[in-house]
Amino acid sequence: MSATWTQNLLYLALLLGLAYPLGTYMARVLEGEHTLLRPVLGPLERGLYRLMGVREDEDMGWQAYAWSITLIKLLGLAAVFLLMKTQAGLPLNLEHQPNVATDLSFNTAVSFITNTNWQAYSGETTLSYLTQMLGLTVQNFISAATGIAVLVALIRGITRRSATGLGNAWVDLVRSTLYILLPLSFVLALFLVSQGLIQNLSAYVHTAGGQVIAMGPAASQIAIKMLGTNGGGFFGANGAHPFENSSPLSNFVQMLSILAIPAALCLTFGQMVKDRRQGWALLAAMTFIFVGALAVCTQAEVKGNPALTSLGANQVASVVPGLEQPGGNMEGKELRFGPGGSALWATATTAASNGSVNSMHDSFTPLGGLVPLWLIQLGEVVFGGVGSGLYGMLMFALVGVFIGGLMVGRTPEYLGKKVEAFEMKMASIAILLPCAAVLIGTAVSVLVANTAASVSNPGPHGFSQILYAWSSCANNNGSAFGGLNVNTRFYNYGLAIAMLLGRFGVFWPVLALAGSLVKKKYTPEGLGTLPTHTPLFIGVLVGVVLLVGALTFIPALALGPIAEHLALR
Amino acid sequence: MNLQLRPALVSFLAISALTGLAYPFVITGLSKLIFPRQAGGSLILKDGKVIGSEWIGQPFTAPKDFWGRPSATVDADNKPLPYNGVNSGGSNLAPSNPDLHKAVQDRIAALRTADPEARGPVPVDLVTASGSGLDPHISPASAAYQVHRVAKARGLDEARVRDLVAAHIEGPQLGVLGESRVNVLKLNLALDQLR
Repeated sequence: MSATWTQNLLYLALLLGLAYPLGTYMARVLEGEHTLLRPVLGPLERGLYRLMGVREDEDMGWQAYAWSITLIKLLGLAAVFLLMKTQAGLPLNLEHQPNVATDLSFNTAVSFITNTNWQAYSGETTLSYLTQMLGLTVQNFISAATGIAVLVALIRGITRRSATGLGNAWVDLVRSTLYILLPLSFVLALFLVSQGLIQNLSAYVHTAGGQVIAMGPAASQIAIKMLGTNGGGFFGANGAHPFENSSPLSNFVQMLSILAIPAALCLTFGQMVKDRRQGWALLAAMTFIFVGALAVCTQAEVKGNPALTSLGANQVASVVPGLEQPGGNMEGKELRFGPGGSALWATATTAASNGSVNSMHDSFTPLGGLVPLWLIQLGEVVFGGVGSGLYGMLMFALVGVFIGGLMVGRTPEYLGKKVEAFEMKMASIAILLPCAAVLIGTAVSVLVANTAASVSNPGPHGFSQILYAWSSCANNNGSAFGGLNVNTRFYNYGLAIAMLLGRFGVFWPVLALAGSLVKKKYTPEGLGTLPTHTPLFIGVLVGVVLLVGALTFIPALALGPIAEHLALR
Repeated sequence: MNLQLRPALVSFLAISALTGLAYPFVITGLSKLIFPRQAGGSLILKDGKVIGSEWIGQPFTAPKDFWGRPSATVDADNKPLPYNGVNSGGSNLAPSNPDLHKAVQDRIAALRTADPEARGPVPVDLVTASGSGLDPHISPASAAYQVHRVAKARGLDEARVRDLVAAHIEGPQLGVLGESRVNVLKLNLALDQLR
């Protein structure tokens, strides 16, 4: 019990401690300044620009920027789809995995280019090693790098004055990949192997006793799966699989790597807008919501399932030597992590748009499962995805200053840029489009009879399964209440549309907004300016995020987890 | 948009080669060099044959063995196949699902039947399915619960078995991370060595 909370505290301390150096480093990389790795990777970077026909200082307008990001994502979509459709005849298919069905291939390709990594399949029974590496691992990098790129473009929209260019998408993409994601993944992958994760190109092992054990190049994919807030598992059980997450230490380090970059990007932002307090304010707002969510989820899972106590199962944690047990709600959880390490992972993975799991969220207690569901529904802005979390949070910040401006009767402004009708429209689209996709998708699924048959748990929990699926896809999370059978044509195509809306439907308005901001003059701070680094503004921001999330989803949540909680004795 | 086609294609191919081929191959090579045992799956060999992996649990059901946690894995036809190492996953049963209550009840009954003299309540981890279906560990309490049955089935002194369990308890890593645990496969293998 107390060890659980110690682990939580240690986690928060290390996360916030890492944010500063990592955030500073990323700011230097993204602004093209000198870094430790530049002498090593600089020649490769410049060689790439020559091949691409790109000049480092070539600026793009917002539309060119958005098209560039769109193009590389569409190429990724085609590549993953084709790899899955032809893998049977391609190399590195040691287990003779057949080609994948069209609807599942499309769903998976969309899932990985949108940084959702929703999985309607099990890796070890479906994909060849080549598909995992050349298809999925690549998209793990690119979808994260494009998230950072869009964020940087938005930051330039804020900082540049009376300009048109938002920077160069290709340069931002290459720098994010080469200097941030690749080196971190390299180190993390090797560390994870040291803890027992596998990394090989061998055929599956057949033991003398007849057990077959899946193999593969897992660690290299898992490192970027965590760092890029992707979350797509190499194996079906994702981070619960011992080869994907072997020891408590590998669990802890993987949890840190979920939130490390999103947290640090707040401080990168502060550095790039030349006012560190702005970054700390955003980080504080995120941390505030995170801590509350973590406390509720941990408490619920440690307490356990009231229905099992009456059956004679002992759910009380014990530290008596020789009789230690984690207790709590252990269905769907791994013993080495216990309810504490599972609740922390569940909170982190849904605060970020990671979506990997180290325990089965479907089997969480009603309140323990409500936390990840609601964090996703908040729009993945509590840390959120790499890049996408912060640009999402900045949309809420704009809404925050707008509401603040209305209260005092002044034209709202953020960091010296006036926030006007066009900006509010774009921010509203970016915030509300995923919400609409969640609610409409859920409503349609419930009304279509044979879709309701996909549900695997009776009662309100069945509704929660459907609500979770749409929330997860429209917000590009990727975790699931896994009992829902989603490998059907309806879900494969329907959820793919939700994922596309959740990514493209957000970054296009964000870049349009950046394109509008960048043209504006700088408005110096005046008496009526609402300062955006104070505790007051942090409170406004938290309020806006919670209010939008609550007003939109409480009716739906009441039908699912809340009803289940009230019924469970 | 046309202007961006060339950089899009070139950067896509270059990043694919770098992160989809070079990176995993280099990590595979280095892992094999530095951590060959872990990278290959921490396999356990006996008389030159692979008998399992340290990290992948196995379905033990004989009274003379320590049992692992229930596993919800299935085979290719969706029929139950506990500890299926090529199809990991949990039960995904909701806490409110009557099927879960029934399963837990049956498992408690099976444990009581296998050893009517076992003392104390049944630790929850021994009657709930793990997330992966391959969990290699049980809690020390779950091992303690089974000591009497195992000792009796093997005709061993209970104290010797208890000492063996105690020697196999791993505490939280670095003192604070994770839970105390016992590796079931390793414990059973050590048990086979006891005379």
